[in-house]
Amino acid sequence: MKREITLRVNKIEWKLTVDDADTLLEVLRDRLKLYSVRESCGVGACGSCTVLMDGAPVSSCFLLAVRAVGKEITTLEGLEQGEKLHYIQEAFVQERALQCAYCTPGFVLAVKSLLEENPNPSDDEIKEYLSGNLCRCAGYEEILRAVRVAIEKRAAL
Amino acid sequence: MANLNVVGQSVYRKDGNPKVRGRALHVGNIEMPGMLHVAVLRSPYAHARITRIDKAKGEALPGVAVVLTGAEIAKMPGIDPHFGPAFRDQPILCVEKACYAGDPVVAVAAVDQRTAEDALQLVEVDYEALPAAHDVLDAVKPGSPLVHEQHRPAKAFADLAHVKAGQASNICYQFKLRLGDVDKAFAEADRVFEDTFSSPPAQHVPMEPHVTLAYFDEHERLNIWTASQSPSYVRTEISATFGIPMNRIRVRVPYLGGGYGAKLYAKLEPLCTILALITKKPVRYALTREEEFLTITKHKVVSKIKTAIKNGAITARKCEVFWDTGAYAEIGPRIGHKSGYTSAGPYKIPNVWIDSYCVYTNKVPAGAFRGFGVPQVIWAYDSQTDLIARELGVDPVEFRLKPALDEGESFATGTAVRSFGIKQAIREAAKAIDWGKPQSPQSGTKRRGKGIAAGVKAVLTPSISGAIVILNADGSASVLSSTVEMGQGSEATMSQIVAEELGISFEQVHIVQPDTDVTPYDTITAGSRSTYHMGNAVRMAAAKVKAQLCEVVASKLEVAPDDLVAGKGRVYVRGLEERGMSVGEIFLAKFGSMGTTLAAEAVCQPTAAHMDPETGQSEKCTEYWFPSATAAEVEVDTETGQVKVLQLWSVGDTGTAINPRHCEQQLQSAAIMHMGLSMFEEMIFDQGQLINGSLLDYQFASFKDMPEFIKPIVVQVPHEEGPFGAKGAGETGALTVAPALANAIHDAVGVRVRDLPLTPERVLRALAEKK
Repeated sequence: MKREITLRVNKIEWKLTVDDADTLLEVLRDRLKLYSVRESCGVGACGSCTVLMDGAPVSSCFLLAVRAVGKEITTLEGLEQGEKLHYIQEAFVQERALQCAYCTPGFVLAVKSLLEENPNPSDDEIKEYLSGNLCRCAGYEEILRAVRVAIEKRAAL
Repeated sequence: MANLNVVGQSVYRKDGNPKVRGRALHVGNIEMPGMLHVAVLRSPYAHARITRIDKAKGEALPGVAVVLTGAEIAKMPGIDPHFGPAFRDQPILCVEKACYAGDPVVAVAAVDQRTAEDALQLVEVDYEALPAAHDVLDAVKPGSPLVHEQHRPAKAFADLAHVKAGQASNICYQFKLRLGDVDKAFAEADRVFEDTFSSPPAQHVPMEPHVTLAYFDEHERLNIWTASQSPSYVRTEISATFGIPMNRIRVRVPYLGGGYGAKLYAKLEPLCTILALITKKPVRYALTREEEFLTITKHKVVSKIKTAIKNGAITARKCEVFWDTGAYAEIGPRIGHKSGYTSAGPYKIPNVWIDSYCVYTNKVPAGAFRGFGVPQVIWAYDSQTDLIARELGVDPVEFRLKPALDEGESFATGTAVRSFGIKQAIREAAKAIDWGKPQSPQSGTKRRGKGIAAGVKAVLTPSISGAIVILNADGSASVLSSTVEMGQGSEATMSQIVAEELGISFEQVHIVQPDTDVTPYDTITAGSRSTYHMGNAVRMAAAKVKAQLCEVVASKLEVAPDDLVAGKGRVYVRGLEERGMSVGEIFLAKFGSMGTTLAAEAVCQPTAAHMDPETGQSEKCTEYWFPSATAAEVEVDTETGQVKVLQLWSVGDTGTAINPRHCEQQLQSAAIMHMGLSMFEEMIFDQGQLINGSLLDYQFASFKDMPEFIKPIVVQVPHEEGPFGAKGAGETGALTVAPALANAIHDAVGVRVRDLPLTPERVLRALAEKK
């Protein structure tokens, strides 16, 4: 069934007609053209489609768009501050924590949420928190280093 | 490397900024007006004759542009309904029969994805199930059901020219190597070891599944945007399949969301092309993850290996390698050949016999997977080498070092090896893990052990890379190359090489992404070949541009061109930096204006010597080698069979490292990826049905599976003809991980696991058998 909804994405309100079956991922990509959000597994198991909903990471492929009504949705595009990179993005580039980078938007958002919950996580806490985001290039060691750098950058803000 | 400015520096990736912002272009982001979406109905049977297709209801659904079957394609004049790089055996859509569960049978193109999927539900297909060949060892037996009645060679690649037409067998390709007299050596041996090792099918799981967009433009030229590692091949294949002149096909590849071998050769391009041809609309097909699992796999391999020992040395080795290539050969024959000839290892063994069989079965087609089959053969030969050393009571590291080939010695193919740092790699691995340092006394249920593994891969030879370098009057340069940036960092590598050669800065070099309208032919982005082949091509092209600059400066300043060097955007007399001209001044002198360009093309085309089809002997079977070693320390829980990886050292000879950090990253991440493959990855088939084809059921290494410690070691044995001495790095770290882990398990608990993955169940079973 079609219905009218209002979605708040990256601080902008969108009035949209969606199908009940539309996933948040479909709406963000196909309708709002937010291409940092990527479908990969389709079953909420890999983290490529991660967005933040009220600050917490969710798999947008596994969430109906109608369920996101009334929530604050943030995609990687929402971290843009002009041409300057977010400090987590800076850390990822600096530590070469990206290769094919298809998973990178999901990781950056998950790290943002992690550091807001826990500004000084241990390596084990980082690994635990990020275990739902998969990187097939297996750049985990570099991502771990990037998170450590991001912790320092955050502390220095 | 003296006097180099940017080669050898760990400069940053060129694509870091757009990628970290999620702005990198992927095929899935490209939309065209009126674009249609595709859904495909797949065979539920492993092997079945298609007896009836009724598509009327599907066609009648509003929004459906076309419902297409293979039988219809077969009737279209001028179109070959089959494609493939080794054999033209793979149908665009199944014509008379389906050859695996998941084989595409009917395709729908519709205004949106949901309509396309709804239409599929309305298509009726009747099948008559046929006996199927499920197991690779059964499939080679006489009387096995035949996957294909005939084998038709493709003739697309020079290195596959020897692939022959065949029939009445599931063996589509056999490689033979015969050196010395193995029978005599086995008869005279002190000990003979015979083992069978297996490694399972696995999936590449690129985070971006395959996706292709095809359309005919305003000139009726075919345009294809595709997530492919082989844009040049795609153009050739589409031209051959559809009879379209090559200059009327434009293939473009933006950034890839991972490849690892999955995105080689042709995949969705033939289907998208025919749908665009019929509908006259842009057509995009994006695989779901489940479809990705049904598209391409890593070869399952069964290796029978028999080794003779005389006076403590290996005197003979006989290898029978069975490659389960699935329903369509894809690149299986190349793997059976190139990896087949390395099956006895990087050792001096006077008598070698290899039979490497590429075998059809009714399963998902198998193709290249990071390492091109070499990890599977090393799994067998290194596991057995280790086993023998431990049985003989000799040090496993010394047992490998002693027969390991030195520079100039002959490989089993009769080829003298060059730039062959296998001994260095083994020694580095041993040193890193404190090999020989006695293990502290252990008791209880947690046992630690160390393992080393070693092996080599030969680069695909012959192959071809062409490149064009265009220098602008402001000193900036564009590089036209068909190498695909899929995460490996090729844009940085090529930029470094061109910047170094032209004496300009890294930032001044722009790499044009693959576009067959402008970027010259390249065989494939795979097999760790780009740094060497494309690196040489861009370097030679840049050198030709530089020679043109030098010519101008030489005549203006009245000096010999040979006395000139390029640096800091200038060409000047060696040692006299002020005596020279800037690029701008040179352009002004040559053209009288500033808006001009200087361009040059170069091709790197290493050749191989003839290989005797009966003996596998060749004066030169490959251009260069990738020696690899891995050291591992594990802790085995003897109650649960759980194996924890405590240390993993990934050692590879990459030749000169153009970008050391990127070489380290390749070695390290390839090792983590293959640790997951070794420990738990496996596609499980039951009577031809894949039962774990989604990421809920199929798992690969996540953060939680990381070894407690991991480190790469880059060994740099320069290659005389490599660009600045470089070879490559993409696969080297993948090659020796599995046996290193199994060898460490053996060291810890005294049992040998011969089948991958090294699951707790297998370790426990081996422990139980030991008791």
